[in-house]
Amino acid sequence: MRKVVIPIGPQHPALKEPESFSVTLSGERIMAFSARLGYNHRGIEKACEERTYIQDVYLVERICGICSHAHSTAFVQAVEEIAGLSVPERALYIRTIIAELERIHSHLLWLGVAGHEIGFDTLLMYTWRDREVVMDILAELTGNRVNYGINTIGGVRRNIDASEISDILKAMDILEERTKYYIQLAKEETTLIKRLSCVGILSHEDALSLGAVGPTARASGIPRDTRKDDPYAAYDKLEFKVITDDHCDVYGRTLVRLGELMESYKMIRQALKEMPTGPISVKAPRKIPAGEAFSRYEAPRGEDVHYVKADGTDRPERVKVRAPTLANLQTVAKMLEDRQLADLPIVIAAIDPCFSCTDRLISLREPKKPDKTLAWEDLRAYSIEWYRARGIDFTKVNRKISRRN
Amino acid sequence: MRIKDKIVKWSRIKSPWMLHFNTGACNACDIEIVAALTPRYDMERFGVMLKGTPRHADILLCSGPVTGQIKDRLKRIYDQMPQPKFVIAVGSCACSGGVFNGCYNVESGIDSVIPVSAYIPGCPAAPTAIIDGVVKLLASLEQREE
Repeated sequence: MRKVVIPIGPQHPALKEPESFSVTLSGERIMAFSARLGYNHRGIEKACEERTYIQDVYLVERICGICSHAHSTAFVQAVEEIAGLSVPERALYIRTIIAELERIHSHLLWLGVAGHEIGFDTLLMYTWRDREVVMDILAELTGNRVNYGINTIGGVRRNIDASEISDILKAMDILEERTKYYIQLAKEETTLIKRLSCVGILSHEDALSLGAVGPTARASGIPRDTRKDDPYAAYDKLEFKVITDDHCDVYGRTLVRLGELMESYKMIRQALKEMPTGPISVKAPRKIPAGEAFSRYEAPRGEDVHYVKADGTDRPERVKVRAPTLANLQTVAKMLEDRQLADLPIVIAAIDPCFSCTDRLISLREPKKPDKTLAWEDLRAYSIEWYRARGIDFTKVNRKISRRN
Repeated sequence: MRIKDKIVKWSRIKSPWMLHFNTGACNACDIEIVAALTPRYDMERFGVMLKGTPRHADILLCSGPVTGQIKDRLKRIYDQMPQPKFVIAVGSCACSGGVFNGCYNVESGIDSVIPVSAYIPGCPAAPTAIIDGVVKLLASLEQREE
């Protein structure tokens, strides 16, 4: 059968962000899949080098609006490690609470988007209505619905008081009840199960070899979670399970995210109960001593890595971000191999892609290639060869001209 | 004004169709635009409907400072929209470049590439602010003499 190449994006009804995919089809079957990124590349890593550390906290938060707390926490953790600051316990707990609230809003958002991609718009409206409950809490705690701005180097900027704690606990009860309903829906609703099962299969071995992270890896039976493997903030004091599933498909990823929602409610309740009193930040120096640090953070989509190199001034020398979607994107090509075109939107949505996180720039230098600067003689010889290869020879004409002179 | 023009104007104001295009935003404004369409805020009660193609759209909702790669695509999408067309810049980045102003791959806001009818500031613009901006744009269309 003849092969057809279909371009999808950068503006496409199924995509919420600008990215472009090229899909080679044979009939309805996908033969090859390739992604082109960079539509969202804004040059944040370079901009970080031109701004001071405290301005960078504001900037890295805007790498991604959905997991903004993930990026700012990963960045401040790295800077605090270089500066040798010991962050107060209460600040760590507040960071953890905001992180889990963010995970709740992100997973509810994903559930709605996944419902939308399979034509189940009722689910989109239901989950986004319930998501407003957690958005209200985030607005109450931090002052903004998205891009919370609660982190600062050396701690957090706002405290949580008793009335806010009771509001959070009330919201957790509402959300837990709703999530139980969604879990029941996912386990009993036949159309949902049939649409999501055996779609976007990623075997345990493939997930390992392609380096999948987050819920994508956990749905393939890999218990990979930075909160457990390398605890940061207050996660070492909280009790929680790493939710895994062995369905290895989109249905498994749905169950993992729903399970993680239930764990998040439990963790927030425990953190609120055990949160110690005390200061919420320590004074950070304006100039950070020379050094470098890696920081890992389990964002809602997977492991987020920040690398910061300081040179003793008030600006970082280098900031590098590896967002979870970059690690998961390679798995999409594997999931789509020899699958139907109609599965493409839900399979892409199932890794919960975030391209504004992903669009970083890497320029590779080839060390073995010689210097590309050409001397005049080399350039002339190169041009003669170039034209000769195309059947045009100027040497005879040149000789004639020189004889005439 | 003839009766035909009156009907056209009425239908334009009562059912504006929108196209949402992310021009390099951080997703924050985009999720707030979607939140504005879902039950709590429900922009659809003003007849607003989100469409998938520029050829159906009356209003282009842009979020984000225009990045180098998206610049030509934004122009092309704007050209594909039928007249009369309106552009709303959602968020501080879309209004002026915001926090990304001065980055090497970023233009300073939507109006450096295409004309903008309404600006909605905020980082991100709250759903209520987005609804307010859209309603103000529609109100200004109502007063406009054709």
